[in-house]
Amino acid sequence: MVCKRKRKIFSPIYLTLVLIILYLPILMVVIYSFNSGRTIGAWQGFTTGWYTRLFHNALMADALKNSLILAVLSAGFAGVIGTLGAIGLAHHRLRASGFIESLATLPMMIPELVLGMAYLALFTAVGVKLGMGALIATHTTFCVPYVFINVKSRLIGMDPAIEEAARDLGASPMRVLRDITLPLIMPSVISGMMLAVAMSLDDVVISFFVTSAETTTLPLKVYTGLRSGGTPEINALSTLMLAAIFIFVALSQLLRARSDRKLYASK
Amino acid sequence: MEEVLLSLRHISKNFGEGDVLSDVSIDVHKGEFVTLLGASGCGKTTTLRIVSGLETPDAGEVILNGQDMTGWPPERRPVNTVFQSYALFPHMNVEKNVAYGLKVRGVDKCAQAARVAEMLELVQMSEYAKRMPAQLSGGQRQRIAIARALAPQPQLLLLDEPLGALDLQLRRQMQIELKRLQKKLGITFIYITHDQEEAINMSDRIAVMRGGRFEQLGTPEEIYDHPATRYVAQFIGRSTLLEGTVRSVDDSLAVIGNENGRFTVDSAHANLRPGERCEICVRTERMRAGRAPVGGFDLPATVRETRYAGGSVLTYAVLADGTEVVAEGEERMSDAPQAGETVYMHWNPAQASVIGGASHGA
Repeated sequence: MVCKRKRKIFSPIYLTLVLIILYLPILMVVIYSFNSGRTIGAWQGFTTGWYTRLFHNALMADALKNSLILAVLSAGFAGVIGTLGAIGLAHHRLRASGFIESLATLPMMIPELVLGMAYLALFTAVGVKLGMGALIATHTTFCVPYVFINVKSRLIGMDPAIEEAARDLGASPMRVLRDITLPLIMPSVISGMMLAVAMSLDDVVISFFVTSAETTTLPLKVYTGLRSGGTPEINALSTLMLAAIFIFVALSQLLRARSDRKLYASK
Repeated sequence: MEEVLLSLRHISKNFGEGDVLSDVSIDVHKGEFVTLLGASGCGKTTTLRIVSGLETPDAGEVILNGQDMTGWPPERRPVNTVFQSYALFPHMNVEKNVAYGLKVRGVDKCAQAARVAEMLELVQMSEYAKRMPAQLSGGQRQRIAIARALAPQPQLLLLDEPLGALDLQLRRQMQIELKRLQKKLGITFIYITHDQEEAINMSDRIAVMRGGRFEQLGTPEEIYDHPATRYVAQFIGRSTLLEGTVRSVDDSLAVIGNENGRFTVDSAHANLRPGERCEICVRTERMRAGRAPVGGFDLPATVRETRYAGGSVLTYAVLADGTEVVAEGEERMSDAPQAGETVYMHWNPAQASVIGGASHGA
């Protein structure tokens, strides 16, 4: 009895603590993006002035454009590559399947610093110009696993008889892919791409190595902005990026949950 | 005789861990209802998948209407399957599911709609045309799966344990409906089940499978009355198996003896010779336990217990060497022998059979 009550008190406290430690720093950034003073820690009144300034900053607009182009294109390429890879691997039970799968998801585990340096070394060695092209190539690479894992788990949860039934009813393999497989995995593809967009939008380390002066992205802007002292403008920018990423991740989760329900309800 | 629709010739299949199928051959006639019966892992599903083209055999031929279609992909074969899991397309409504086989074959929209309506009518699901599969019960999904497989007018319908996921009552009802449907449409069915009762009730012929081979192929009656092997005798129905040596053969009655006594069996099917060893199978419902020996029999047993089985009484007894025998009698519980009492087992010789006796002729 005593024990039970103890646990009842203990777990909410523990949970609150964890949440505070996790989110307090982020909350600080959000709060001080509305501070009319310039320094974090000294609240001098509410303002949305930093946001207005941010939107009128031409350099910021450029960085935003770069980031969006980069995120959308890399997520798109990663969507195609990751999906095809997952379908291929799910349909052909190769002896090396497990190996290929770990290889495909490895970029998630490799330290970004190492990846960034590796890309830089590769691009200089083969003479690829740094800039948008290089950025898209690298972002696509580290985004592929997010799509791949998402789609693969959906394919594994699918009854193989569904695709077989379509073949049995007269559909060619391509037709099955178009009519059955793709529509059924589409929510996972999109959810994976949403995650990819979120990952691309907040990447600093890898981008830092392969970017050029003309292709600064938002996170790079935040980083360089902080090095030169940091302004509440940067706080405002971080808050906006946070909001964007939160929305993409939430959308991704929502899509997954909804389509999972649909698929499993039919079993 | 009847026209052969499908021939499987010497089909073998190996998935890398021993043969799943070895040298399976069968001729299926037009309009016939053939059941592949066996425990799980006996190769029945693989056989079906080889017919549908979802699996290719390592050796042997699949011939439909005289045409060798062994290497054909499933989409080219005029054969459709009802899957055990139904495998309805979860993102399409009932109507689109049923229409799919017509759509991919390029049937025009009007003809598609008419055929879909006809099929839904056939399985009594017309009012569910716009529902999604997730909104249907198991039995309803089953009907849609059947309608979808029948829509392209296959020459052969393959059913992989289609009633396996339904509860007993619905199963019985669907058995009757399926059989009626098959008769009405005149389509050839190859049906898979591990339920011997289902197989006996529905089939024109049954192939009992074991370890990738046909253990016996015959009509339900042949298989029930004249099991070719010990396995078939034990897998289908309840029975007692007795071994012995043929003492004498007279007309078509053979008297067989062993350490427990002697008994008589109709040897018309078996061609027994005196001195030969043989094993016979007596179905439980044909075995009798009498209080006095009957002509041709001298098989005393000690009663272990009697049990009321609804309309009949089961008598469990042991022979002299400890072999258990079960008899079913129509007497009332109050007339049944008591535990410890000695009874004399007997049966109508025409209703017992020599194992393997009929297989040579079939």
